[in-house]
Amino acid sequence: MDIKSMKNYLYWLYCQFELITCSYLMEPWEKLLFYTFNITMLVMLLYTAYIFVPVHVSMAFQFFLHLFGNQHENTVSVVK
Amino acid sequence: MERPERAAAALGAQPRANGCSGAAHGGLRNGYVRGLPAPDTQINHIVHNGGLYKRPFNEAFEETPMLVAVLTYVGYGVLTLFGYLRDFMRQWKIEKCQNATEREEQKDFVPLYQDFENFYNRNLYMRIRDSWNRPICSVPGAKVDMMERVSHDYNWTFTYTGRVIKGIINMGSYNYLGFAQKAGTCQEAASKVLSQYGAGVCSTRQEMGNLDKHEELEKLVARFLGVESAMAYGMGFATNSMNIPALVGKGCLILSDELNHASLVLGARLSGATIRIFKHNNMQSLEKLLKDAIVHGQPRTRRPWKKILILVEGIYSMEGSIVRLPEVIALKKKYKSYLYLDEAHSIGALGPSGRGVVEYFGLSPEDVDVMMGTFTKSFGAAGGYIGGKKELIDYLRTYSHSAAYASSMSPPVVEQIITSVKCIMGEDGTTVGRARVQQLAENTRYFRRRLKEMGFIIYGNEDSPVVPLMLYMPAKIGAFGREMLKRNIGVVVVGFPATPIIESRARFCLSAAHTKEMLDTALKEIDEVGDLLQLKYSRHRLVPLLDRPFDETTYEETED
Repeated sequence: MDIKSMKNYLYWLYCQFELITCSYLMEPWEKLLFYTFNITMLVMLLYTAYIFVPVHVSMAFQFFLHLFGNQHENTVSVVK
Repeated sequence: MERPERAAAALGAQPRANGCSGAAHGGLRNGYVRGLPAPDTQINHIVHNGGLYKRPFNEAFEETPMLVAVLTYVGYGVLTLFGYLRDFMRQWKIEKCQNATEREEQKDFVPLYQDFENFYNRNLYMRIRDSWNRPICSVPGAKVDMMERVSHDYNWTFTYTGRVIKGIINMGSYNYLGFAQKAGTCQEAASKVLSQYGAGVCSTRQEMGNLDKHEELEKLVARFLGVESAMAYGMGFATNSMNIPALVGKGCLILSDELNHASLVLGARLSGATIRIFKHNNMQSLEKLLKDAIVHGQPRTRRPWKKILILVEGIYSMEGSIVRLPEVIALKKKYKSYLYLDEAHSIGALGPSGRGVVEYFGLSPEDVDVMMGTFTKSFGAAGGYIGGKKELIDYLRTYSHSAAYASSMSPPVVEQIITSVKCIMGEDGTTVGRARVQQLAENTRYFRRRLKEMGFIIYGNEDSPVVPLMLYMPAKIGAFGREMLKRNIGVVVVGFPATPIIESRARFCLSAAHTKEMLDTALKEIDEVGDLLQLKYSRHRLVPLLDRPFDETTYEETED
């Protein structure tokens, strides 16, 4: 039963998407064109995110670690 | 609704003029003052304006939610792109062009079909065209029969399947008092007159077309409205567009509401007078224009205007708002101008005995110089009338274009109007008319309250039988019309160019012929479709009114 209501909910969400982007009004070939374009853009975006986001996040993490790491060393030297 | 009154009482009963901020008299923090209406509602109470209003005036136009506006533009953007694509394909003959184009020999001329309205027509209107021009095949009463049609080429052409859809609940016809009937006293009287006089008149009023029935009708209409004299015309649109040029001319000033009907706009333009527009139902804007007109006079010569005519409507059919007539009349008297009131939708529909917006506000019909109305909406007939002083109507009988050139009203139609007016006035010996007016008022209040509780954005005044429900997005216009027809309810949906481009709506016209069961069925289906299409945009959920003593910390509206 949960799967069925989940499927209904997803279908309803798809209907909302169709209404908002007016693909509800388009002829089938126009819909094909529109969805192809959208899915291509989305796939490219996800691929770019997959490639670049981990690298950027780890670089940022290292930068902050370096910053705080230096501070820690400075305090240690003062105590000494 | 009662918040401003009690708050005013709490602050020492200081009457505040319209639009005046009370922040100086001990408001709360951040400039918020109790007693000022919420930003998107207008509640004029009797305390304001020196007691011009004898009843509360509740009108609300909720603001478009930002996200909805953005998504509407997104939808229009996508459709525009696809429109350009289709136009490109049509021009390069990749696709067959099915709409009107210039002939081959005229392709080098200045293009005829380039403006936005034609682009919109080809690429958006055609996609949702099946919601309009639906052929009905029975009397447009509370329920109507419709011929089913399908389109195999995406609404460019339609074919009839041969089936008739019966018993569709009719929420679109202007049948306010339910006089669109095929049986009953009106129909019998009309058929008797048809067998006596025939259908055609074959002449204009000034030549041989002035029947005794017309004289009887005009006396009756004058008595109904409470004016000295009236004149009836065959077409409501033509009443406005042909008579305004007879009343004003060059050297006169017309002050016309922003959202006036096309007939008033056409009449104003035909007359040749100077036209100035004031914001919709906004009395400050009107007063400013009047002051400027009196102080500065005509544009170059600075001579005083020959006449100043204010054009307003009783109920604006696209907004469902009612004109602020007490204030307009007060302004008119102060600045000595004339008032032309178009009661097309409000005659028969407002007022305790159906005599229109003048009776609704408890004013005297003598204050309105020209009272115009139509017989199409509440009387189940066709045509229009103008009522006023005897000199005015005698002048119009001679100088109006409609009287001189248009053929006069058909006798059965005249008889339908006579019978229905007598019924409303109660002169036929029954209380049917009165009961209908009351039923319409009840239906209006009930329907509006239920829709607001469900969470739709509804425009307009609480007492207006025209109920616009906001849709906003272009795909929802088509979807709403189709889904409601699937559920056997006929509605009228409106988009650009009748409304601003993002404010498309579905317009319900209530009728005294609708029973509570029909309204409940309709409301259930509207609720369902509203959930399916996600139309419940309202952010102010009205809690049902409870009869509890008011204290200053309770509010009627809670924001979600």
